[in-house]
Amino acid sequence: MIRDQAVGPQSSREMHPSARGQPLRRLLERGGTQLLLALGAVVFALPFVWMVSTSLKADRQIFAFPPIWVPDPFIWGNFPAVFIYAPMHLYFFNTLLIALAHVFGAVFTCSLAAYGFARLRAPGRDLIFMVMVSQMMIPYIVMLVPLYLLFAELEWIDTFYPLTIPAMLGTPFYIFMLRQFFLTIPMELEEAAIIDGASRLRIWWTIVLPLAKPALATVAIFSFMFAWNDFTGPLIFLNSREKFTLSLGLQAFMFERRTMWGPLMAASTMMIMPILIVFFLAQKHFIQGIALTGIKA
Amino acid sequence: MATAQPKPRLTNAAREALTCYLFLLPWGLGFLAFVIGPVVASFVLGFMDYEIVTPARWVGLANYIELFTDDQRFGMSMGNTLYYVLVFVPFHVIIATLLALLLNQKARGIAVYRTLFYVPSIVPIVAGAILWVWILQPEWGLINSTLAMVGIEGPLWLASLTWSKPALILMALWGSGAAMIIVLAGLQGVPQHLYEAAEIDGANRWQRFQHVTIPMLSPTLFFILVLSVIASFQVFTTAYVMTGGGPAESTLFYMLYLYRRAFVLLDMGYAASMAWILFVAVLALTLVQFKLASRWVYYEAEQS
Repeated sequence: MIRDQAVGPQSSREMHPSARGQPLRRLLERGGTQLLLALGAVVFALPFVWMVSTSLKADRQIFAFPPIWVPDPFIWGNFPAVFIYAPMHLYFFNTLLIALAHVFGAVFTCSLAAYGFARLRAPGRDLIFMVMVSQMMIPYIVMLVPLYLLFAELEWIDTFYPLTIPAMLGTPFYIFMLRQFFLTIPMELEEAAIIDGASRLRIWWTIVLPLAKPALATVAIFSFMFAWNDFTGPLIFLNSREKFTLSLGLQAFMFERRTMWGPLMAASTMMIMPILIVFFLAQKHFIQGIALTGIKA
Repeated sequence: MATAQPKPRLTNAAREALTCYLFLLPWGLGFLAFVIGPVVASFVLGFMDYEIVTPARWVGLANYIELFTDDQRFGMSMGNTLYYVLVFVPFHVIIATLLALLLNQKARGIAVYRTLFYVPSIVPIVAGAILWVWILQPEWGLINSTLAMVGIEGPLWLASLTWSKPALILMALWGSGAAMIIVLAGLQGVPQHLYEAAEIDGANRWQRFQHVTIPMLSPTLFFILVLSVIASFQVFTTAYVMTGGGPAESTLFYMLYLYRRAFVLLDMGYAASMAWILFVAVLALTLVQFKLASRWVYYEAEQS
């Protein structure tokens, strides 16, 4: 579960200053809060339950009224059936490959630039930083048409290059987050290394990167999820079926077989599961991401 | 790097500057090739007629003139997008805030609830879209089945002219958890002593909420407001996957129309001018929000 201490730098355990009224009133308030929370949880969680439940049902139960929540019997066949209609293993592999390129860019290239912005003095550096921050505000769509023409010129259409090369050269959002983190690392360690004559590249690699592991994990997860979920990029730059990503393949699957709800829900479940696993393994990094964006908390 | 020193030596400052530029180089190359170059090219392309198969031709303002005077789909897609933004954004901010306020209470199982509310926001958008097509399915979908059990005949949702946009908004609101976490972080950053001081002054709960929580939270609310306006103007994937712009183009949003002009009709110059119109519109709207912010956003004199 998302841990309390991770939320915001000065999160406080005493959250509710006014919980000291009369006992009865307090009881009612607590009861009301619990009720609203439970109601909200039902609304937010039911779609998932419905998805998994449908993926495990035979057709006659899928189209039953009133709706059946617990499949009887459990049918696993929808999961292998997906592979008959769509080469999910291929989509999975393609998506993973692209996502790893994004993670590489976030961890190495972005941290290199972030270190430059955080620690190295150079004329015009702050101006360049402002330019980079404003880059974040340009909608992707403004670049999309010329990018397509550029990639067509380079004969990159229907390859993974348009989806990997730009990301491997760095993404401003991650550079920004890492810079914020580097600024919090005390300088003494690096100063000692500088006096010993270590190069900046070496300091970045052997001192700063190990210290920045939590922040690197955060940007790694963010970039992985972005690549895993991205739809617009693959839609525009990929054409052949065997190069599709999960998003694109799933969309094509639904477009062609709109009524096969059992296999469709099985496919959605398979696409969502890795993201949920990443989330449960690394929850605190999701919350850390908020602190790193510099939103005042 | 170099251990032999006698020859031409850079000053320390110059060497540091050079190192800095080298560290920034990969991003800089990407920025020139894949950002600033395309942005400029897109601006120029907006004044051209270029349909890939024929050579590009300078047409001046013709694209813009056609968009504003002769293209019904332009106005319609902008109208659909405005509908989406104007309905989605307020609900989004309000739901995120209400959920965060709920989670900021002391109650059993708070961590579980926080996770449950957050998780839908990280679901891959295509997987979520397909799931919602099934939930909104008129005959056997979850929503209409449930409504039928209490005797209400649900609408056709994605197949209905009236309900297609609300259906997409409903699905998007399911993902309000990310904004909720941001508001929650904001709430937990409100110093306790302000509440205590207000209580000593005799402020009741509502007054404390109104005069402590809201002002202290306003920078956070402003932040999610600005971001969700920018994001919802670019709504694309859910409409592409769930409705394809239909029925009767009732979900033809601006980005979807732009996509069709560019990548279905290969009308690159026209699409580039559309992209610039969106860019300028969103930028102007953001600046207006910043102007209005001074009226309701409270910034502490000294930032901690």
